[in-house]
Amino acid sequence: MFQRCGYLSDEELSSVFPDMDRLQSGPVAIIECIQEIPCNPCQDACPRDAIGPFIRMTDNPVINFEKCNGCGLCIGSCPGLAIFVLHLCYGQDTSMIKIPYEMLPVPCPEQSVSLLDRSGQVIGRGIVKKIQSLKHNPKTHIIWIEIPRELYKKARNIKVDNNE
Amino acid sequence: MRISFDAVIIGAGPSGLCAAKVLSNTGKKVLLLERDPFLGGQLLKQTHMFFGSKQQYAGIRGYEIANILIKDIKHENITILTDTIATGYYPEERVLLAFKQEKELIQIEFKQLIVATGASEKSLLFENNDLPGIFGAGAVQTLMNMYGVLPGMDIVMVGSGNIGLIVSYQLIQAGAKVNCIIDAAKNIGGYFVHAAKIRRLGVPILMQHTIHKAIGRSTIEAVEIAPVDDQWNKIPEKSFRRDCDVLCLAVGLGPMTEILWQMGCQMSYVPELGGSVPIRKTSLETTVPGVFVAGDAAGVEEASSAMLEGMIAGMYAAKNLGIAEDVFQKEWLNSESYLKELRHGPVGEKIRKGIEKVEA
Repeated sequence: MFQRCGYLSDEELSSVFPDMDRLQSGPVAIIECIQEIPCNPCQDACPRDAIGPFIRMTDNPVINFEKCNGCGLCIGSCPGLAIFVLHLCYGQDTSMIKIPYEMLPVPCPEQSVSLLDRSGQVIGRGIVKKIQSLKHNPKTHIIWIEIPRELYKKARNIKVDNNE
Repeated sequence: MRISFDAVIIGAGPSGLCAAKVLSNTGKKVLLLERDPFLGGQLLKQTHMFFGSKQQYAGIRGYEIANILIKDIKHENITILTDTIATGYYPEERVLLAFKQEKELIQIEFKQLIVATGASEKSLLFENNDLPGIFGAGAVQTLMNMYGVLPGMDIVMVGSGNIGLIVSYQLIQAGAKVNCIIDAAKNIGGYFVHAAKIRRLGVPILMQHTIHKAIGRSTIEAVEIAPVDDQWNKIPEKSFRRDCDVLCLAVGLGPMTEILWQMGCQMSYVPELGGSVPIRKTSLETTVPGVFVAGDAAGVEEASSAMLEGMIAGMYAAKNLGIAEDVFQKEWLNSESYLKELRHGPVGEKIRKGIEKVEA
C-alpha cells in the first residue's frame, strides 16, 4: 500500500505504533519507517539504547518503548525525517507531537498553525510550543505542537500561514 | 605539454574524491581531473541528510560530505586540475588527452587510471519535449542549489525515484509549488520515507501516469498527463491538463563511459545499472589492466556506494603501484563489506542483479 500512495495505511501504522498503555504513560518516539533501506543512524542517536540493535544495516528500526522516554534526539538524526514523538496526555484534551521540519518560515512559539495529515490534507489547528534543533544538524527543526487529542494518530505536519 | 603520473583519477565527485583520498596517502604522484570549476560533483547539490551508516557519513548533508572529503585529501601529494575535461585516449602511447581550462591540450601518461566520470540524465519522448522550461532534475538542482536560481514556481515532476522525490522537496523548500509527481510505474521508485515527506506536504503522487505532451508557444505553459495501463500503454483519450511553468524530468541516469569505450574495455549493456558498463573484477579493475571504474560510471546507484567504490578502486590501484595494505586505514579496508551491507535487502535487489552480470 505505502509503495503506491506514499503514506502508511492504518494497518501498516499499527505495526510501528505503541499500545495505549504506553501512550498514556508519557512521551514516546514513533518511527514510521517500514521499508528495509540501508540506513541506521537512529540507533546511534539514542542515548538510552532504545533503538535497534540492527543486525543488518537494512533492518527496520525496532524501538523499545519501555526504554524510550520521548526525548526526541532521534528526530533530527533520521535522514528520512520519519521519526515523531507523541505525548498523548499532554493537556486536558490535547496531545503534544514533535515533528521534524525543514521548511521556511519557521513558526514561533505560541503561533497557531494548520495541522496536516500524512497525505497533506488540513485536518485542524494546533499551537506551536517549542522549536529545537540539534547542534550537529541545526537545519532540521524539531517543532513541538499541541494538538487536539483526537488527531494524535493523524497530525504529522504543519503549515505555517504567512499572514499569521 | 606532456605530464606523467602514477595514478590519474577522472572526476572529483563522491567516488573520485574517495579514490583521491586513498591515493593521496600513498606518497605516489596523483592527478585528479575535474570538468567543473569546483570539486564535489553531485554531492554539492545534495542538501538532504545521507542514508547508510556512520561510516558513510549517514545523517550528514551531501554538500557537507563534499567539504569533509575535500579536506581529507592530502593536498600536498596530489595535483588537482579543475575546469579540465578528459577528452580522449591514445592506446599506442597509453596517453590520455585533456583540455585544460579552455586554454591548452595536455597529454597525460599514467600507470593506473580510475574513471569516476559519473552519469548523465536520461530524457523522455513526448510531443514538444524541446520546449524551454523542460528540465532534467539535475539541471534544476544545479540552478537552484548551486547558483540560487529558481527555474519556476509551478512544477510538474516526472519520476518518483529518489531524485524526483528529493528535488520536489527541495523545490518546495525554495518556495515553488509542486503540482504533482507522476510516474508510469505502479510502485513508487524511491525510498518510502522520501515519498512520505512529499505526501505530507500535500503533493499528489500519480502512479501509472505519464506525459502525453507539453503545451506552450515560446515556453512551457501546461502539460497533458495520460494514464498508463498495466502493459505500459498510454491512454491519451483519458489525458488531462495541468498548468505549469516547469516540467522536471527525473527519469533516470545513464553511466558516462565514453572514455572506457575508447580504451577498449569490454562493455556490457545492463539495464539494472542504467546502460553500458565495463566488465570488471570485484577490485573494480576493468578488462584493461590498470584501468578502474568507480561510482555511477560503473552502474547508476547512489552516492554512498559511489564513495565506497572510490575507496576500493583507489586501494587496488595503489596495490598495483606496489603499496602495501598497512598504509590503508582499517575503515577503508572494510569498504567491500560495507558495500555489501548497502546493497542488502529488497531495495538493493536490482543493483545486485546488475552487478552479478558484470563481475568477472
